[in-house]
Amino acid sequence: MTDLKNKAARKSGFNRRDFFRGSGAIAAATALQTQTAEAIQNQSPRVISGETSISLNVNGKDHQVKVAPNTTLLDALRYQLDLTGAKPVSSDGSSGASTVFVDGKPMTASTILALQAVGKKIETVESLGADAVQKAFVKHDAEQCGFCTPGFVMAVRSLLDKKPNASKEEIRGGLNGNICRCGTYANIVEAAISVAKGGN
Amino acid sequence: MKAFEYASPRTEAEIVDLLSAEPGKTEILAGGTDLVGLMKKMIVTPDRVVNIMDVPTLRSIDELPDGSVSIGAAVTLDDVLAHPYIDIYPAIKQAIRGISSMQLQAQGTLGGEVCQRPRCWFYRNGDGLLSPDVAEGANEFHAILGNSGPAKFVNSSRIAPALIALDAQLRVVGPEEDEQFVPVAAFFRSPHREGQREHVLEPNQFVSHILLPPIEGRTCATYEVRHGEGPDYPLAAAAAALQFDGFGIVRDANVVLGQVAPMPWISQEAADVLRGRKVDEALAETAGQAAVSRATPLSQNEFKVQLAKVAVKRAILLAAGYETGGF
Amino acid sequence: MAVYSWPSREATAVIGKEYDRLDGLAKVTGAAKYTYDVNLKNQLVAVALGCPHAHCKITKLDVAAAEKTPGVVAVHIFEHAAVGSEVQWQGELLAVVAAESEAAARAGVDTIKLEFEELDVFTEDENLDAAEKAERTGKGGGKTELEREPGDDDDEDEFIEQEIARLFKASKYVVEGYYGIDAITHCCLEPHGSTVEWKDGKLVAYLSTQNVSGTDEGFARDLKLTSDDVEVKCDYIGGGFGSKFAPDYWAVAAAKISKETGRPVKFLLSRDQELKIAGNRPSGYMRVRLGADENGVLTIWDSHHWGTAGYKGGGVSQTVMPYVIRPKNYRRIATTIKSNTAQSRAWRAPNHPQACAMSQTAIDDVAAKMGANSYDVFAANLRAGNVDSQHPDAANTYLAEMARGAALIDWKANWHAHGKGKSRGSIVDGLGMALHTWGGTANNSDCRLKISPDGGVESFCGSQDLGTGTRTVIAQVLAETFGLGIRDVRVNVGSSKYPASGASGGSTTVGGVSESHRRAGQDALEKIFELAAKELGAAANSLEAVGGKVRVKGTDKAISWKKACTLLGLKPLEVTASYKRGDQSTLSSSGVCGVQMAHVEVDKETGVIKVKKFVAVQDQGLVINPKTCKSQIYGAMIMGIAAALYERRITDPKSGAFVNAELADYKLARLGDVGDLVVDLYEPESERSRGVIGNGEPPAISPKAAIANAVANALGVRVPVIPLTPKRVLDALAKA
Repeated sequence: MTDLKNKAARKSGFNRRDFFRGSGAIAAATALQTQTAEAIQNQSPRVISGETSISLNVNGKDHQVKVAPNTTLLDALRYQLDLTGAKPVSSDGSSGASTVFVDGKPMTASTILALQAVGKKIETVESLGADAVQKAFVKHDAEQCGFCTPGFVMAVRSLLDKKPNASKEEIRGGLNGNICRCGTYANIVEAAISVAKGGN
Repeated sequence: MKAFEYASPRTEAEIVDLLSAEPGKTEILAGGTDLVGLMKKMIVTPDRVVNIMDVPTLRSIDELPDGSVSIGAAVTLDDVLAHPYIDIYPAIKQAIRGISSMQLQAQGTLGGEVCQRPRCWFYRNGDGLLSPDVAEGANEFHAILGNSGPAKFVNSSRIAPALIALDAQLRVVGPEEDEQFVPVAAFFRSPHREGQREHVLEPNQFVSHILLPPIEGRTCATYEVRHGEGPDYPLAAAAAALQFDGFGIVRDANVVLGQVAPMPWISQEAADVLRGRKVDEALAETAGQAAVSRATPLSQNEFKVQLAKVAVKRAILLAAGYETGGF
Repeated sequence: MAVYSWPSREATAVIGKEYDRLDGLAKVTGAAKYTYDVNLKNQLVAVALGCPHAHCKITKLDVAAAEKTPGVVAVHIFEHAAVGSEVQWQGELLAVVAAESEAAARAGVDTIKLEFEELDVFTEDENLDAAEKAERTGKGGGKTELEREPGDDDDEDEFIEQEIARLFKASKYVVEGYYGIDAITHCCLEPHGSTVEWKDGKLVAYLSTQNVSGTDEGFARDLKLTSDDVEVKCDYIGGGFGSKFAPDYWAVAAAKISKETGRPVKFLLSRDQELKIAGNRPSGYMRVRLGADENGVLTIWDSHHWGTAGYKGGGVSQTVMPYVIRPKNYRRIATTIKSNTAQSRAWRAPNHPQACAMSQTAIDDVAAKMGANSYDVFAANLRAGNVDSQHPDAANTYLAEMARGAALIDWKANWHAHGKGKSRGSIVDGLGMALHTWGGTANNSDCRLKISPDGGVESFCGSQDLGTGTRTVIAQVLAETFGLGIRDVRVNVGSSKYPASGASGGSTTVGGVSESHRRAGQDALEKIFELAAKELGAAANSLEAVGGKVRVKGTDKAISWKKACTLLGLKPLEVTASYKRGDQSTLSSSGVCGVQMAHVEVDKETGVIKVKKFVAVQDQGLVINPKTCKSQIYGAMIMGIAAALYERRITDPKSGAFVNAELADYKLARLGDVGDLVVDLYEPESERSRGVIGNGEPPAISPKAAIANAVANALGVRVPVIPLTPKRVLDALAKA
């Protein structure tokens, strides 16, 4: 392990067929700047530019939305489906306020392109409906202004889905992707513990 | 975000075909946790975004015939964390756990984590990666090592130090069936002019897999000095991989620092201190000192020298099976 | 007219009991619609260009390309951004683009051609010498208070110097120190902004505001309307903390664009704009010398503090120094600094957190110097009458609260002299405490109450729910008054068309709305009793409303509330009530104490601090809802932990750029950072009988000083400037 930088190696075991497969699916790539619109259209159908109509599966239903490649999932949810539970707080997802489930996993809709969500199962806070976590939040007063609350509800739901009997330490260690400015953390911990213990 | 076109290929070959040879024209999109934010702030403005999340070969963790573990670049961090193959590499798991956000772990990918852009606020605020203002500016979190050139930012990857310490390699794929295996240790570079990337890839190459060689009796650990909980980047970090002989003597060692230089910083000095010795707190401390012996802090970040030293010490102690004595 | 009063503790059915907040379910399900969530048909979305430089003269602002950007409908240049104008801080909005979508508006903004001439920048507010050199300082006032007075022949200035010197000479202990606290931002999670539309020549503004009843006038003035032509609506607000009292020029711009285009406009600030321009708290840094006697009782205080409230200067008021613990002899001077940062806004207990952080740390250093227990030094000063507080019985109350706090944090068992604790590896622990005070007078509040013949109770009040639980508090007051359950009353807040109620600022909301609704309730009840008296064949003043009934006191003779209300006939009973600041009232009062104690651990090798346990003992007169009341205090403590350990505005010394104006870089406390929090509501009869006092702000004052003192106790070294970052801890240790 002495000379890290000069180690060259070749690995076997990769399936070369995987690598070749599909090569023909796209017309010979040309430099982007020389492409005409026509050329782009003649390329793989998977190259999308400009506004396009897609179907998003949100909260168990398919919805037609119009998006451009640079439309985020969050904007599609909030502006087109009027599902405003997920909130725009940080552009880079660092607040967790836009948390939704994508195929069951907690992700920030603000950093996902709407096009990436095609074919995925999207669930927003609106889909939970009187979930035990939501009831526990109310009972333990785990919301103040409430703006971060839907994101936190989703995070707690996700944590407890993964670890239904999470301990206090696991709860404290597992909910750090969200930010609350009013300072509801103590009550969120209590709410999560109560659900983990089977009640609310 | 600037308008761009979007492609969602299904094979590695399609990815290559969709990438431009010209810098800045195309971007690889995986979890999006870094790229989307950068595009929103118009720091990165590609004409085309290539989503690699729908390429099945990039989404699996496999054992290769030689005992290496191959992790697809688009495997999410939570899947890496949960995979039994990774249990023998605690340094990797500790680094991922440090990214203390379920959302980032569920959405972010291993390839994306390694290739993420620096979390330098001059860069993120549109002043470029090599802003000359850094040297006398708000550089509290900037580089203390390898900062004599124009690059003063720190490489932000939290997993790369562990990958380097474990002698991991990257499988890099490019046009015309180009397939290369690049040691992670040789992947990063310190750019010398604006527009140059922080790694050696050509614009139409991409990282397809991360390859972890067999552990072969080595022990390893990552230690991060974190100001608080949450996904915020550590102030300093280190990963260590140690090979002991049968008598508790270090036969070989790799020590790599993170968040202190424009690249993950391989400390030969620290490894030299360890080789041939038995690890105890004093030796780990000496290794830490050796790791920062050539530090050249900027106007506001002298304190990072101490933190880097402690990170090295604690990573070594953890790798050797000791408590760190701190948080 | 009824004699307004609260029922005794024993007689209450609803007040003082824990209730879930009425709008809790709306908040946790995502059903609650905040300003940012209001999507109006055919709306435009607006995005603004912020000034990239901290001090410059605009030489060109060309929006031609923006106007031609696909989807863009209107472009508006702010007056203060006209060519030739000087912009004094980074982020100030220059132009706004309204488009069919946020993406289109953003694309439009990106085409704007801006040129400017860079002017001199100053943002180094901690560096007084540099500020003086840059001619950025101003006088912030001061005061000298000495027990001895100069003789007729003495020169006053000379006397003061000599007397202060004498007092120091006579002091057993003298501490000289430097203390400070950086500027922080409000960082509301819902940024400032509005969604507006015009209906028949009238403006409807969904504004994210903590001042529903006061902002209609702001719009009216700037748009040359009468306030009758404006309705401000805010059902839910995503954080304000003192920064959302006015419509702000950007909401006025939204209204103008909406009028011009004939379409609704949504315009909220971006995250970095929110941090850069929409509210910050002034910084404060202080050099001080203080003397104390053998018990640590302060004999003399001599301080000079400085800081900035932004480009106009200003800073932490000298009037609050030294904070709470104040000797009879003191001199305080303040210097203000003009910095190229946006002007500050009220931040949860303006001036107090900084004053507390600067002065109670210095007092703790007296204990450190003596090798004494900090608790004893604070107590000795209180007993000696060195106290300046808005509470009418301050010293006794602080002492009582300190005893409770000490029991909760196990002060005696956990105490060690400064720097003398045992290390566990590189980790040391420490205890610290601080005291605070605040007014919390109820704000002006009017309300209208409607009681229907079917027994329905509905209230209308132009207040708002800042996260306080306003709706729930009102429902409790009304339910208590009418002997009903809290879900039997319908509460309406959040519109400027309702009777005016004061802004939610200064810890005034719960007091204000309790006053107006209790008054209206008691007035209405008097009328109902008059009607029921005939029915029950008893005197009106012998009736009570309890358990859904109107009953003759001390008997079983009763009719149901519903039945009593049918006696109103066909028309509902409408009552309005009003409370004005200064009205004599037993319902509310002002002036609170509060004690906080922190137990922390510090990793000496890394400077990383963790809060282990944090206790707050708080009085606030009569508590309406202990559950939401405690939540306010938890919130204040958590915000305080953020300010004590993590958050600060960081500017680049050369360019003045606010470099960490994104949440990824503006570090706040996360859930795992806050340790075990304990809240103790101090409500003996002596407090309860004072009536309601607001508590939104007081518990946000002490955390910084309490935590900083705990760190000083752990390390035996003072980390002078807050937040106590690893860098600052290590620098302090290296210097020691």
